[in-house]
Amino acid sequence: MEASLVDWSRAQFALTAVYHWLFVPLTLGLSFIIAFMESIYVRTGDEQWKRITKFWMTLFGVNFAIGVATGIILEFEFGTNWSNYSWFVGDIFGAPLAVEGIMAFFLESTFIAVMFFGWNKVGKKFHLASTWLVAVGANLSALWILVANAWMHYPVGMRFNPETARNEMMNFWEVLFSPVAINKFLHTVTSGYVLASVFVIGVSAWYLLRNRHQLLARRSMVIASVFGLVMSLFLVLTGDGSARLMAKHQPVKFAAMENLQDGQTNAPLVAFGILKSTSDEHKTEDFLMKIEIPNVLSYMAFQDANAYVPGIRDLIHGNTDRNIIPVDEKMVRGKLAVAALKDFKMARKEGDMMKADSARKTFEEHFSYFGYGHLNDVHDAIPPIKPTFYSFRIMVGLGMWFILLFVLTLFFVLRRNPVKRRWLMYAAVLSIPLAYLASEMGWVVAELGRQPWVIQDLMPTSVAVSRLTASSVQLTFALFAITFTLLLVADIKIMTKQIKLGPKDGGTRHV
Amino acid sequence: MGGHAMFENLSHFALQQYWWIIISLLASFLVFLLFVQGGQTLIYRLGRNETERSLIINVLGRKWEFTFTTLVTFGGAFFASFPLFYSTSFGGAYWVWMLILFAFVIQAVSYEYRKKPNNFLGSRTYETFLLVNGALGTILLGTAVSTFFTGSQFSVNVNNFSQWETPTHGLEAALNVQNLSLGLAVFFLSRVLAILYFFKNIDNEEIIKRARKQLLYDAIPFVVFFLTFTVMLLLKNGFAVDPVSGVVSMEPYKYLHNLIQMPVVLILFLLGVVLVLLGIIRPVLYFTRSGDKGIWAAGIGTVLTVFSLFLTAGFNNTAYYPSTFDLQSSLTIRNSSSSHYTLTAMSYVSLLVPFVLAYIVYTWRAINRKKIDAGELEDEGHVY
Ligand code: HDD
Ligand code: HEM
Ligand code: HEM
Repeated sequence: MEASLVDWSRAQFALTAVYHWLFVPLTLGLSFIIAFMESIYVRTGDEQWKRITKFWMTLFGVNFAIGVATGIILEFEFGTNWSNYSWFVGDIFGAPLAVEGIMAFFLESTFIAVMFFGWNKVGKKFHLASTWLVAVGANLSALWILVANAWMHYPVGMRFNPETARNEMMNFWEVLFSPVAINKFLHTVTSGYVLASVFVIGVSAWYLLRNRHQLLARRSMVIASVFGLVMSLFLVLTGDGSARLMAKHQPVKFAAMENLQDGQTNAPLVAFGILKSTSDEHKTEDFLMKIEIPNVLSYMAFQDANAYVPGIRDLIHGNTDRNIIPVDEKMVRGKLAVAALKDFKMARKEGDMMKADSARKTFEEHFSYFGYGHLNDVHDAIPPIKPTFYSFRIMVGLGMWFILLFVLTLFFVLRRNPVKRRWLMYAAVLSIPLAYLASEMGWVVAELGRQPWVIQDLMPTSVAVSRLTASSVQLTFALFAITFTLLLVADIKIMTKQIKLGPKDGGTRHV
Repeated sequence: MGGHAMFENLSHFALQQYWWIIISLLASFLVFLLFVQGGQTLIYRLGRNETERSLIINVLGRKWEFTFTTLVTFGGAFFASFPLFYSTSFGGAYWVWMLILFAFVIQAVSYEYRKKPNNFLGSRTYETFLLVNGALGTILLGTAVSTFFTGSQFSVNVNNFSQWETPTHGLEAALNVQNLSLGLAVFFLSRVLAILYFFKNIDNEEIIKRARKQLLYDAIPFVVFFLTFTVMLLLKNGFAVDPVSGVVSMEPYKYLHNLIQMPVVLILFLLGVVLVLLGIIRPVLYFTRSGDKGIWAAGIGTVLTVFSLFLTAGFNNTAYYPSTFDLQSSLTIRNSSSSHYTLTAMSYVSLLVPFVLAYIVYTWRAINRKKIDAGELEDEGHVY
């Protein structure tokens, strides 16, 4: 397969996914924050709460529209750009996408209409229920797509069928309740709640700095900082869960994320580090400097400070003491599986059942390394280290900062006059882009860190790609890069304008 | 799955048929809901000033999400039930699908952003986006569906990896008269449906007067293109599958035979066509009495017609996605579907569809109780 075709297809997918993810987390979190606010309104009958609810709802609507616009591309891109992938795993992967449409998207789009157009048409209770259903719908769509994504990182509940040359689902529940899927769902949605909380606090802080809409700002800040704080705790817990699952199921990704070259017991965590730039083709990276916390890595990975954490060299070149198979052996076994599949097909065509049976046996014996049969070099199995390493640290560091931010805003908004802490208010405003950064970095860890696999150990990205010309994909890449960028600019301009206009008339009225 | 088996005991073929029916239903609702797209191409034709255009856009804007979501669900359900179609058609007819997607991307923001202050591109641009979506979306979807009968040039290898065999990657479909006829038929139909929808939902004399005039300008080309497509369909050779060996071969008058051999489908088709025509003719002749109701007849008629066309494409041992490059690569509902297990699991999920329909109908009625006029836009919290 043409190398630049693969790269452009990856670039296009990354571009569209990164754009989609700019809008989704705010939808996930703001929908709940709005539902809290409206619940208070319905409870207390205080019209001010209605105004506050409507203000945030307007921002929600602006963000939602562009989230939808960027989502449709992704759904079809599996077919358009990863056509072989779509066949290889479609029997499992398609189901969550379909369930998402039937269960989540309709829920969201139906009740969003009530949320926006129903204030004067349906009763208060029905309206409130609709707002909650929008939040549930949004979070359900996250569930299904993340189940699909988790399955790519940790394929379970299926069996490869050589007749059809694809993976077939054996157990729906195993796919849905795989620990990786559950953890991924929880970590990702809570990251959306944290991002939305930071967003609400930041916008409110801006009002306080300007001496505008004090009531709205303070009330919103209380809700957001409580929500953000509680959810941050879950975020750290599930983030830790992600790391542990990664150590277990994707050890190379884990080693790359830590730039752990040689395995060790009592492995330390690099809290801060700078990597030397090397042009070494084997991708080994040295540290220019680092600050380590002893034992923490071993503990993080296996909940045991003495545990052995394998390094990149062990995982690539093997380590007999630790029972780690070297990649070249996996490649040999993968090539056996690939050849056996071919033999099987051939024997089937010739009607030689004996030969087909024995080919099938060979195939099944080596299938778990099937994907390695397509690698050309053992070093292909190492993901890009630098971006994975740095992204992880940026995400975690910012996660810690957000916790501090929530604690401080909550304290000052309840106890003191937050306006007097101007530095904190400025920091809150500046944290809005940081929340987006943290969130995108998480995906860089997850998706770049799993290279070269599109499905862990079974299918490398290069095999998954549709047979197009690189120039076609370049053209669509440019088309979407330009379109999405224009729409993003429009989105930001409209958002900031709505924020400047403030909650007057619910914020929706305009010239 | 559940304690007592319901779908498990069905044969693989029965499940494949069940899922082809669901796909066909989704497609037929999608075509009906394309009235939103049709309406978008009429904004300037029917709305002469800002108030009128806003009224039209707001009437459409309360429904656009349904069309969009139906398209997305159609894609997801097709992927889950017939993944070989998904991988072959989307990866192969790349340009057609990419253009369709592009047309829907620009639609999704346009309603929300059009009237917002500081919207960067200007209202006119967003209105143009709606126009492009209306025209491209309908014509290309119609063209793509027509290839179910005319075929495309692709091959599928032993591992079911597919490859498109023309460098134009789908654009070639637009050069076929029959494909183009269906594309244009869908385009004009969507405009007809939009007009009928406006009769029912807009309370503004000027707009309705213009819409009444416009109706025949869209209805006549629709009938012409639809007839062209149908006559060509009935006369052409079709892609027949031997049910035992799975071998695909050309059969003269295959689609005519399908309709005759499946009388229920034939009845649905005829009923559908009659209802669409009734929906158009009655408001033309007796507007005061039936103007409001045209959308029901034409809407149900559209659903029935598209549904029966999809059944004609996939049932009665027919290859629904034929390859003219290599006949044996053609996709049938048997050789392109998911496994028995997955279709069973998905069938349980499909039981949710009636609930989904129920809450959609319930909320539509709660929101749409009366026609919309300019006054209502004034009181409303949220305006597009
Ligand atoms: C506001 C955003 C945010 C913040 C503050 C954090 N995360 Fe995160 N993280 C995400 C947003 C995110 C994400 C975008 O939601 C990801 C991408 C893929 C995924 O599963 O969630 C993610 C992925 C992700 C992964 C990779 C999972 C994989 O490869 O499948 C790990 C190991 C962590 N996170 C760990 C953490 C830890 C230990 C944190 C400590 C505070 C943390 N994250 C904070
Ligand atoms: C790469 C895979 C993805 C695909 C194929 C995909 C697909 C889509 C589609 C088609 C829509 C529009 C739905 C509509 O018609 O209303 C959408 C919106 C949405 N998606 Fe995604 N999506 C992906 C990734 C994600 C992720 C990772 C999440 C969350 C964790 C997510 C959550 C949402 C939400 C909440 C919406 C609602 C609209 C909004 O974004 O504001 N999606 N997605
Ligand atoms: C919305 C959040 C997401 C973001 C920001 C994101 C980010 C990325 C990035 C940066 C890449 C490029 C990696 C590379 O090839 O160099 C990528 C690739 C990819 N991701 Fe994601 N991803 C997201 C969600 C998902 C989900 C939910 C799925 C599947 C359901 C998915 C499936 C893929 C696939 C198929 C590729 C292409 C193959 C590859 O290059 O590995 N992604 N994504």
